[in-house]
Amino acid sequence: MTDSRTGSPAVAMRGIDKRFGAVRANRGASLEVTTGEIHALVGENGAGKSTLMRILAGIYAPDAGTVEVSGRDVTGWSTAQSISAGVGMVHQHFMLVPPLTIAENVVLGREPKRGLSVDMARAVLEVQGIAEQFGFDVDPRRCVKELSVGEAQRVEILKTLFRGARILILDEPTAVLSPPEVRDLWRVLRRLRDGGGTILLITHKLDEVIEVSDHITVMRQGRTIDRMATAGTTPGEIARAMVGRDVALVQDVMQPDRRELSHPLADLSDTPYVLGVRDLVVSAANRARAVDGVSFTVAPGEILGVAGVEGNGQTELIEALAGLRPVVSGAIELRAADGARRDITSLPVSERGELGVAHIPEDRHRRGLVLDYSVADNLILGSQRRFTRGLVLDAARIAANAREKTRAFDIRPSDPSLAARTLSGGNQQKVVIAREMGSDFRVLLAAQPTRGVDVGAIEFIHAQLRAAREKGKAVLLVSAELTEILALADRIAVMYRGRIVSILARTDASQEILGPLMTGAGADGVSAA
Amino acid sequence: MTETLSPPPPPPLSAASPERVTGDRAHHLEEALLPPLVALLIALIAGDALILIFGQSPGPVYRLLLEGTWGNWYGFGQVLYKATTLAFTGLAISLGLRAGLFNIGAEGQLAAGGFGAAITGLLLPASVPSMVVAVLAMAAAAGGGGVVGWVPGALKARFGAHEVITTIMLNFIVLALLNWIVAAHVHVPETLHTPEMHGGSLARLADISARFHGSAANLTILLALAAAVLTGWWLFRTRAGYDLRAAGLQPDAAEYGGIRVRSVWVRAMMMSGAIAGLGGVNYVLGYKHYYEEGFAGGSGFLGIAVALVGRNHPLGVVLAALFFATLSQGGLAIHALVPKQMVEVLQGIVILAVAAAVPEVRRLLQATRREDER
Repeated sequence: MTDSRTGSPAVAMRGIDKRFGAVRANRGASLEVTTGEIHALVGENGAGKSTLMRILAGIYAPDAGTVEVSGRDVTGWSTAQSISAGVGMVHQHFMLVPPLTIAENVVLGREPKRGLSVDMARAVLEVQGIAEQFGFDVDPRRCVKELSVGEAQRVEILKTLFRGARILILDEPTAVLSPPEVRDLWRVLRRLRDGGGTILLITHKLDEVIEVSDHITVMRQGRTIDRMATAGTTPGEIARAMVGRDVALVQDVMQPDRRELSHPLADLSDTPYVLGVRDLVVSAANRARAVDGVSFTVAPGEILGVAGVEGNGQTELIEALAGLRPVVSGAIELRAADGARRDITSLPVSERGELGVAHIPEDRHRRGLVLDYSVADNLILGSQRRFTRGLVLDAARIAANAREKTRAFDIRPSDPSLAARTLSGGNQQKVVIAREMGSDFRVLLAAQPTRGVDVGAIEFIHAQLRAAREKGKAVLLVSAELTEILALADRIAVMYRGRIVSILARTDASQEILGPLMTGAGADGVSAA
Repeated sequence: MTETLSPPPPPPLSAASPERVTGDRAHHLEEALLPPLVALLIALIAGDALILIFGQSPGPVYRLLLEGTWGNWYGFGQVLYKATTLAFTGLAISLGLRAGLFNIGAEGQLAAGGFGAAITGLLLPASVPSMVVAVLAMAAAAGGGGVVGWVPGALKARFGAHEVITTIMLNFIVLALLNWIVAAHVHVPETLHTPEMHGGSLARLADISARFHGSAANLTILLALAAAVLTGWWLFRTRAGYDLRAAGLQPDAAEYGGIRVRSVWVRAMMMSGAIAGLGGVNYVLGYKHYYEEGFAGGSGFLGIAVALVGRNHPLGVVLAALFFATLSQGGLAIHALVPKQMVEVLQGIVILAVAAAVPEVRRLLQATRREDER
C-alpha cells in the first residue's frame, strides 16, 4: 500500500479508549508511527500495548478515538480490511501447519490455482521471490515441522508479507529465540525497514529497544506516557517512563559481580555440596531423553545458573529435582546440615520439601498458586501439614504466617484474604517467593523466577536470590534471560538438547560466549568445568 | 528498602482497612446469592410463559404449587422427605466436584446404600436391639455406596479412566446387579422388594407430631443436616479438605504442594459414594423398611442439579434440595391445572439458567467491583 498523502504517518492513533467489562485496557492512548521506521512499543505487563495493537489490526474496535493508517481514517475496521490495507500481525504463538511445507503454509488461504488444483510450482516460485526480495534465507520446500523456532518465526513473517503487509506488527518476537536468532531477526527487520516497510515491535526488553528501534512509545496503565527518539535515550530513561520512577536495571548490575567466590572453582568437588545430581535422565511426553545424562553439584552460598534456549530440558530437569517428574535413571542427592548424604531420587514432593528443597516453579499460574485460594492459603501450600492441629487447619497460625509474609515480602494489597487470582503478576510471584524463601530451606530451585513480572518486582526478586546466597543457601537458577543469569549466577551451566554442554565460571562467561553454546555450536569446544 | 521496591499501588489498596474486609464479605455474599436468584428469576419468567401456553394464568398455578407444598403439613412433610434424599445426593456430587470429579454415579451409589441397609436389617437376628440395627444399617449404607464410588475413583487413579464414563456405566451394572440379587434371592413373592427388616427403623415426623400424618418425612432429615455440616467442616476446615479442594481447582498446583492427587481422587470418590449411599437410609430405614427395585427414582441424577444450583456449598446444597423437592412435590399439586410434567420442564430451565446465568452474573459483579476499586 502506498501513502495516499505523502508525509502522513503510517499509523496515527489518537485518544483510544478500550474497556473490557469494567477493565480499561486503553484510556486515551495515542501512537504515531512514521512510514519506514522500526517503532518500539514498550510498557509493563498490562500497560495496554497488545490491546492497542489489536485495535490497529482490526481485532478489536475502540470505544473511543480514531485510527488512521497512511492518512486514511480506518477506525473500527475489520481484520479482513486491515490485512488488505497492508497491516500484518505476527503473533507470539505461531499459527503454522507443521506437516505442510513452508510454501504451502505461506500461501495457505490464497493459493495460486490452476483449474481446481493448487499450482504448487508457482507457489514455491512466488514464496522464493518474496524471500529473496526481503533477504530471507529459507527453502520453501522444507516442512515446517523440521524448522527451528527462529525459522518458523521467519515463515510467519513471510506469510504476512505474502499477503502484502507493509506495516508489520510483532508481539514479543524474541521471547522464544536464542541470541543468534535474535540477531537474524533484527537483520530481517532492518532490511524490511530499508525497503520502505514500517515495523511495530511490542517488547519489554529494553536492550532490544535500544538496539533495533528508531522511535519508542512508552505506555503505562493504558495511557501513552512518552514518545522519544531512540538515539539519545538510555535504558534508564525508558524504564523510568515505563514504571514512573527510578529502577535498578539488570543491565546496570550486570557488570560482573566481582565478589570473591567463597570457594575456588577447582576445589568444588571437595567442598561440601548441598545438591548433587549424577547422570540424570528424565523423559518427557515427546522426548525419551528430555534430560540426557546430566551431572552437577550446587554448593552452599552458590547460585548455579542454567542457561539455554527454552525447551532444551530445563523444565524437565527442575521438575525431576522437585519430585514432580519421575527419573528414568541417575541419582539426586541432598546433603543435610550435618553432612549426611540423602538420596532423594524417588522421594515424593512433600518429603523433599521437609528436607529443605524449595521450588519456585516456572509457571506460577499452573503450578505455583491455587489461584482461587486466598493469599493466606497459598502461603501454606506445600507446608500445609505443618499448619495442622489434628485433622484441622490451624487458622490462627495460618493468619499469623500470612501477616508476617505479606509484610516481610511487601505483597500488595496486603490483605491475605484476597484470592491470589486478584493480585498482579509481580505480587503473585512475591507470594510464591515468600512461601518458598520465607521459611528455612537448603536448596532453592528457581525456574524463570522473574518471568512476566514488572521491573520493580524483578529488582526485588533478584535481591532475594542474592540474600539467599549470602545466607549460604544453594540456588539453582533456570532462566531464559541471559542477562539475569549473568547478573546473578556464580557458575553457569549451558543446556542444549537435554545435556549440559558446558559449565563456566561467571567471570569466564559473556553473552558472546554463551550464545553459540546455547545453540549447540561449539558444544565440543569448551570442556566442562 | 522494601518501601521503594514494588510499584506504588492505588492508595485504597495499600492497606487492609477494616471497611475493606467487610466490603469483601458483602461482595462475597452478593456473589454467592445474586447469581442463583437471577437464574431463578429467569426460570420464573420461562415458567410464566409455559403456564400461559397451557391457557392458565401463572398466579393461580403458583399459588396451588405453594399451597400443595409449604401450605400444609402433609405437603411440607413430603417436601422434607424428598429434600432429604436430594440433600445426600447433592452433597455427594458437590464433594466430588470440589475434588474436580464429576460423579454421575450417585444413582447407583444411592441404590447400593439402600440395599446395604436393607440387607443388614434382614441378616441381623431379631434379638439385636433396634437402635444397634439402625446404626449398623447406616454404616452398611455408607459402605455400600462407598464401594460403588471407590471403583471409578480407583480406575481413574490407576488407569486414567474418565470418571464420567465409568460412573455412568457403573450405574447400569450396579442397578442390574441389585435387581438380579433381589429378584433371584430375596424378594417377597409378587413384589420387587425385599422382606421387611427386623427393627432398625427410624421414627417418622408423624410419630412425633400427628400433623405430619401420612408424609414419609422421618429422622433421616437430621442425618442429612449432620452430613451437610460435616461435609462443610471437612471441606473448609480440615487439611484433607484443603488438599481435596486444591486438587480439584488446580491439580498441577496441588501436586506441586506435595498433595498426592491420585489418592485424593480415590478418597473423594469413596466419600462421595458413601454420602450418596447414606441417602438410601431415608427410604429404607425411614419409610418402607425394605429395599425396592427403582427406589432411587432419579434422585441420584437430580442431585447433579442440586449440586449445581447449590454452588457446591453444603448450605447451598441443602437449600437447593428443598427447592427441587418443592418443585417435584408441587408438580403433583398443580396437576389439576397444567400437566405435572411442566415442573420437569421447569427443573430443566432452572438448570440451564443456572449453568448459563450464574457465571455471567458473577463476571459482571467482579467487573463492577474492579471498577469500584479503581
